[in-house]
Amino acid sequence: MATFSDTGLLLLITLIKIAVVVFVMLTAIAYLTWLERKVVAHIQSRWGPYLVGYSGLMQPVADGLKFILKEDIVPLEVDTIVYWLAPFLALTLAFLSIAVIPFGESFTIHGRTISFQITDLNVGLLFVFAVTSLGVYSVALAGWSSNSKYPLLGGLRSSAQMISYELSLGLAVVGVLMMAGTLSLRGIVDSQSGFWHIAGVNTFLPHWNIFVQPVGFLVYFTAAIADTNRVPFDLPEGESELVGGYHTEYSSMKFAMFFMSEYANMITVSCLATILFFGGWHGPVFGPYVLRVLLPVFWFCFKLFCFLFFYIWMRGTLPRFRYDQLMAFGWKFLLPLGLLNVLATSFVVAWISSP
Amino acid sequence: MLPLSHVLALSVTLFVIGAAGFVFRKNIITVFMCIELMLNAVNLAFIGFSRYLGNLDGQLFAFFVIVVAAAEAAVGLAIIIALYRNRDSLNIEDLDSMKL
Amino acid sequence: MPVRIETNLVPLFYIFGALAVVAALSVVAQRMPVHSALSLIVVLCSLAVVYLLLGAEFIAVIQVIVYAGAIMVLFVFVIMLLNAGRETPSHRSRMARWLGAPLVAAFLLEVLLAIWKQFPAGASHPAAAVDAGPAAIGHLLFRNYVLPFEVTSILILVAILGAAVLAKKEF
Repeated sequence: MATFSDTGLLLLITLIKIAVVVFVMLTAIAYLTWLERKVVAHIQSRWGPYLVGYSGLMQPVADGLKFILKEDIVPLEVDTIVYWLAPFLALTLAFLSIAVIPFGESFTIHGRTISFQITDLNVGLLFVFAVTSLGVYSVALAGWSSNSKYPLLGGLRSSAQMISYELSLGLAVVGVLMMAGTLSLRGIVDSQSGFWHIAGVNTFLPHWNIFVQPVGFLVYFTAAIADTNRVPFDLPEGESELVGGYHTEYSSMKFAMFFMSEYANMITVSCLATILFFGGWHGPVFGPYVLRVLLPVFWFCFKLFCFLFFYIWMRGTLPRFRYDQLMAFGWKFLLPLGLLNVLATSFVVAWISSP
Repeated sequence: MLPLSHVLALSVTLFVIGAAGFVFRKNIITVFMCIELMLNAVNLAFIGFSRYLGNLDGQLFAFFVIVVAAAEAAVGLAIIIALYRNRDSLNIEDLDSMKL
Repeated sequence: MPVRIETNLVPLFYIFGALAVVAALSVVAQRMPVHSALSLIVVLCSLAVVYLLLGAEFIAVIQVIVYAGAIMVLFVFVIMLLNAGRETPSHRSRMARWLGAPLVAAFLLEVLLAIWKQFPAGASHPAAAVDAGPAAIGHLLFRNYVLPFEVTSILILVAILGAAVLAKKEF
């Protein structure tokens, strides 16, 4: 092996990490669609896909082939640049926020420490919120550039819903930040290691933020479901079963990109929920060095899977909100609740840390 | 090293482009966007000076400029909406009812 | 481990600065307001990268979240709701247009010359790097600048009320 300079080696390792993460994300998105169809089907007392492969496991492959080979219909008089930009923007932004998410502890090979995270920004959490804020554009521009009434209204409604719930999303996290004292995601997970001690006695509860920020977690998860346009907040998207949503005029691969970006956003938001409130990769770790390195990643993925299962479970169970109920809920209930949470947390933190 | 004059040159270029757009464009929303461009050029100058003087006050000022620009954009766009409702036109040459 | 910005990443400043200038020209030159808005978003994001290179990491992320992610969304919404189409040609004199561009160029060159004289390239070195993370900005904001902070909160409240009243359909 040739000798690399330090920067060159760092670049190579980062590129490998990016390739691995993108590949794993794409596979995860594909099989999340399979999981969703199976789980929703079993909730509704039917089987999901079962023909293609054992228990329908090759169904995502079949769907991918279908999307690639389908005819690409572009309506006349669309604004070409914006029409093509919107799905690419959606997919790019959905994958961009994975860059700061830590999946596990770091390990050492040949004296180099490699962490299971592409980059550890010290404003990592704000970076994820920045990418989420930019994600509103893909929906609004898709709706507008389709040059048709229903996509425009669907796109405007959907983007108005997204920006309303982003506020509550940000507020819900402030309590966690006050306790962790850092915006870096790895720092937030590190602050949740160990167990809770009350008055010196070791309760065997893990030091996760869910036990001290339950309201924050509820606000965060509700706002996250609304921000990703999932049931029960998916009226702008559910309209596509009736008339049209923002992706009415999109076909084949561009529609597939919107679809993938929705699942990627779901995965990102669930990753954040695990990191902020459930201790990230902390869990029972034992065994030889290889196991010690891989078990945290396993615990992270397990908690992530629980959140995704909960998302899909809700899709099969709950009816959807009407649009005015949805907006009233976001502004008149969730936002004041988030503010009260910040107020209460700041009082408690100031009282505990005062001499 | 990045000389300060290069940062300021970028800031001034953006400012002059914004000022030119502000003077030449006829659509009121585009004019408003050129104003935002000028505000951003000024922010860049603030942050450049903050770097070269080692003082965080420049960044604080840029933060306040961003916040005030947000408030100004909200009110300005509300005015534009009210104007559109009354005049049915977004062209600033049509807002000439006070001309002699 | 943070990479020292001065060493490898200075060419990025020129790349993103050029991108910002090209996008700014596009803001001014596009016929449809939606394209101008999209170009302005590109300007804002490339300026955010430049702020990162100048060591202002918190302001860079705030610029993306607030400016590119909220203010420009407001612009795009208003453009879409008012259905702003192509701009009609101007009724004013043609001479103003032919005279305008060279005058703007002359003004730009004059100010650039003034900067070059005032801040010669070799003489300015950046001061020691200050920690510009959220904690440092928060310290300054809530100690030295607490009065502007409270006044801006009132300002935003007034702006919300004003915008709601101005954009109402009927009185």
